[in-house]
Amino acid sequence: MPLSAPSAAATVVASGAASPRPNAIRTAAGLRFCGLRREALGLRSSPQAVAARRSVAAAATAGNGAAGSGGFDYDLLIIGAGVGGHGAALHAVEKGLKTAIIEGDVVGGTCVNRGCVPSKALLAVSGRMRELQDEHHMKSLGLQVSLPGYDRQAVADHANNLASKIRSNLTNSMKALGVDILTGIGTIVGKQKVRYGKVGFPDNEITARNIIIATGSIPFVPKGIEIDGKTVFTSDHALKLESVPDWIAIVGSGYIGLEFSDVYTALGSEVTFVEALDQLMPGFDPEIGKLAQRILINPRKIDYHTGVFASKITPAKDGKPVLIELIDAKTKEHKETLEVDAALIATGRAPFTKGLGLENINVVTQRGFVPVDDRMQVMDADGNVVPNLYCIGDANGKLMLAHAASAQGISVVEQISGRDNILNHLSIPAACFTHPEISMVGLTEPQAREKADKEGFEISVVKTSFKANTKALAENEGDGLAKMIYRPDTGEILGVHILGLHAADLIHEASNAIALGTRVQDIKFAVHAHPTLSEVLDELFKAAKVKAAGVSLSVNEPVAA
Amino acid sequence: MATAPAPFSLSASTVPARLRAAAVPAGTRGRQPRRGRMVVRAKIREIFMPALSSTMTEGKIVSWAASEGDRVNKGDAVVVVESDKADMDVETFHDGIVAAVLVPAGESAPVGAPIALLAESEEEVPLALAKAKELSNGQPQQAAAPAPAEDALATPPPPPTPAAAPAPVSAGTKGIASPQAKKLAKQHRVDLAKVTGTGPYGRITPEDVEAAAGIQPKPKPAAASPAVAAPSAAAVPQAAVLPPVPGATVVPFTTMQAAVSKNMVESLAVPAFRVGYPIVTDKLDELYEKVKPKGVTMTVLLAKAAAMALAQHPVVNASCRDGKSFTYNSNINIAVAVAIDGGLITPVLQDADKLDIYLLSQNWKDLVKKARAKQLQPNEYSSGTFTLSNLGMFGVDRFDAILPPGQGAIMAVGASKPTVVADKDGFFSVKSKMLVNVTADHRIVYGADLAAFLQTFAKIIEGPESLTL
Repeated sequence: MPLSAPSAAATVVASGAASPRPNAIRTAAGLRFCGLRREALGLRSSPQAVAARRSVAAAATAGNGAAGSGGFDYDLLIIGAGVGGHGAALHAVEKGLKTAIIEGDVVGGTCVNRGCVPSKALLAVSGRMRELQDEHHMKSLGLQVSLPGYDRQAVADHANNLASKIRSNLTNSMKALGVDILTGIGTIVGKQKVRYGKVGFPDNEITARNIIIATGSIPFVPKGIEIDGKTVFTSDHALKLESVPDWIAIVGSGYIGLEFSDVYTALGSEVTFVEALDQLMPGFDPEIGKLAQRILINPRKIDYHTGVFASKITPAKDGKPVLIELIDAKTKEHKETLEVDAALIATGRAPFTKGLGLENINVVTQRGFVPVDDRMQVMDADGNVVPNLYCIGDANGKLMLAHAASAQGISVVEQISGRDNILNHLSIPAACFTHPEISMVGLTEPQAREKADKEGFEISVVKTSFKANTKALAENEGDGLAKMIYRPDTGEILGVHILGLHAADLIHEASNAIALGTRVQDIKFAVHAHPTLSEVLDELFKAAKVKAAGVSLSVNEPVAA
Repeated sequence: MATAPAPFSLSASTVPARLRAAAVPAGTRGRQPRRGRMVVRAKIREIFMPALSSTMTEGKIVSWAASEGDRVNKGDAVVVVESDKADMDVETFHDGIVAAVLVPAGESAPVGAPIALLAESEEEVPLALAKAKELSNGQPQQAAAPAPAEDALATPPPPPTPAAAPAPVSAGTKGIASPQAKKLAKQHRVDLAKVTGTGPYGRITPEDVEAAAGIQPKPKPAAASPAVAAPSAAAVPQAAVLPPVPGATVVPFTTMQAAVSKNMVESLAVPAFRVGYPIVTDKLDELYEKVKPKGVTMTVLLAKAAAMALAQHPVVNASCRDGKSFTYNSNINIAVAVAIDGGLITPVLQDADKLDIYLLSQNWKDLVKKARAKQLQPNEYSSGTFTLSNLGMFGVDRFDAILPPGQGAIMAVGASKPTVVADKDGFFSVKSKMLVNVTADHRIVYGADLAAFLQTFAKIIEGPESLTL
């Protein structure tokens, strides 16, 4: 949800033929799923049909593909028009597939309507508020600002307007390419067959050669928590910013919780985090997490309870505040009852896969997630691949990020167009848009160490501070750290983590390097404009020491006079 | 130069002889008419912020001695108010039940604003509570009214009383503090158990902790759009504020220090001038050695001498109140500047010309004791007609005092030092000499007046037998 990347451009798909180092990518991608790969390869759809389609694709440069051949209404039917479905649809048209997309709610899905997009609007406001309120910061820049204030409704409108704008952009882009947008709830009724229409009136039945499930997710609300949408709510309500409570408890300190803490504290609220694990921000590299706590939590109006579950949350009513009962995460003993003005439930997201008719094709969801192999092909209850059926995005739970869904969709379209493709999830960047931002790609340091121990190689870590970066100092934003974990023997980049100004924009140089298999010893010769924040990564690359023999200096070869 | 000995003006007329929280039946209060008033209003009385001194424009509630629901009797102390000069117990004029506290401890209210409601009997309590709600709703407009009249240096108008405070539904959850309140409490070492929460549901807010730590809260930017313009506009008049020094610690004024600051700035409007005079003190020192065992201090001797001189020069004991006339005081009350913890106060030796030095010494001892305990009554610190400031004990040889508003003159006394003196025959001798320096309001006191007064004063000091008469 905090990741906005409606366009798939940022995420590079490691297509086997195009990649200069296919083996490296395959190794990374196949690590977890190598057992499934051969099976998947054995069950590929008829190569002749694919070849035929490809010849069509070559002719159809733009516009939706011709009428589906072989008696199918469409070549590709996508259920769900979120960022994942949209990315897949656009790429399918490019490949000459006749494509339709079914949307039951509004185009854009969670990211555009209830997630990353409106939250970025709120964070844009909170970033500026925070800056204007920081007298010390302003003074040191020589600026004088008297009491900054804000208009809550105008802030909320900004978020809402942005969502509408992006939504219409997405809709128009699909319409312009001729993607059929079908309205209603889609249900799979049999092999390559979907019925859709309003709830309870699935009047229309269509067939498609391939089907992609891209139904996304909804906020997960644990048992015992009563949502009223006013004082106890999820991100869906919070993004409408109908109120700015004096004191809000945020249950869950992941991306969503952290971003909202940034918004609420900048707008004047006090925040209490409730985290089930023993530390805040459990998903981050520990070093980044520690620094994030020092920058994003400790100096702000935030306190926290870790190692506790919110076992019961009662909305404010009858003159009582919101009551949150905390129990110890291990012993389950009652610890404390919090009294706050509001509670935001940010405990993660649950897949939205009910009513898909998966039972009709013998597929059993796992905690709601649709099981897939590493090519996003849906697996049935017996562990066999269901032909011509794919699932991408939050609904498969592999990596619940908008741009991951889009990348998976593009990967699927590549496959059904006849080019085998496995997406390297370790090359997908993630970002948290706090002030300053946090971003990462690949493995954390403990993960990398574990892997190194298992496979018997060494790792090295290099770090640099934003205080060493001229542009960051010019902005008076020297707080931050960037670290890279790599193999000193081969120069392979295993992971990059950044906390600092515009970290979310900086990560792509690293994620692209991982996706393309670029080695540290090569990329260190790439030039970065001075003075820019990108030099933070330049520092990392230059600081890394690689023992590899036979360094390739491809970038140094003259290209043009 | 930099001393600010006596910032207090006198205005006997406005100081209540007895300190009583004027609890007036709400219905009989002529000013501040209120819409939608209750019919059965005579039984509910407002306790309002008393004027504890002539310079007081607002008072801060230090603590409530009585809490909501308590029965109080006429004369009971119900609340402790911090004025610009002292912490004062405030008594009630009427019997009754404290139905609603409108201004909780730690908050301020302008003089005359209701701070609590007193119900005559149990039955009136719900009515009083309803009225409390009505009042707190109307509070913003009311609070806004006195604000423009206030000095720009005065503290910002008190925040509107939280409407929820007296609400009967809130069970009053004890001890719950918001995240920032906890952080501040740790930072300022405030014991949260001793802080009364004023936030929603009785929660301890950061403002409560700041108040408990004696910090003036920063003006909060308003959240709602229509309100934005108002607070920012109100903040602009404080334009004289210099940019803060990076890394420096900012400690806001206490109420007393704020009053000093205000008075000092006001004094700039008075055309003051200074006249110095050297006085030989050998004989005074001799006298002092004699009367010291009887509890007489040098301060009292100097005050007595000044009072005796003032009796002969009434114009130096006068004041100029409107820029057009002399106001001759009927009494000679000598205010003496005393440094106390975190400020300065001027206990007044009343009728210093009439009482003998032994009686004055007794009075002085009591006054100092009270001053240190912050228990001086307004007439004991604001009724001075002439001020004496003595820094001689620090070895200061001469200094210049600032004239406090409402007085005609102030005397700054330096240390007495052995000095080589040549007499008219050319013989040298060593005598103890001290320099006194009087600052006076030139609108009423002229150079010759002051010189004559000083000559008289010097004569009394140099022949001090009359002091013991």
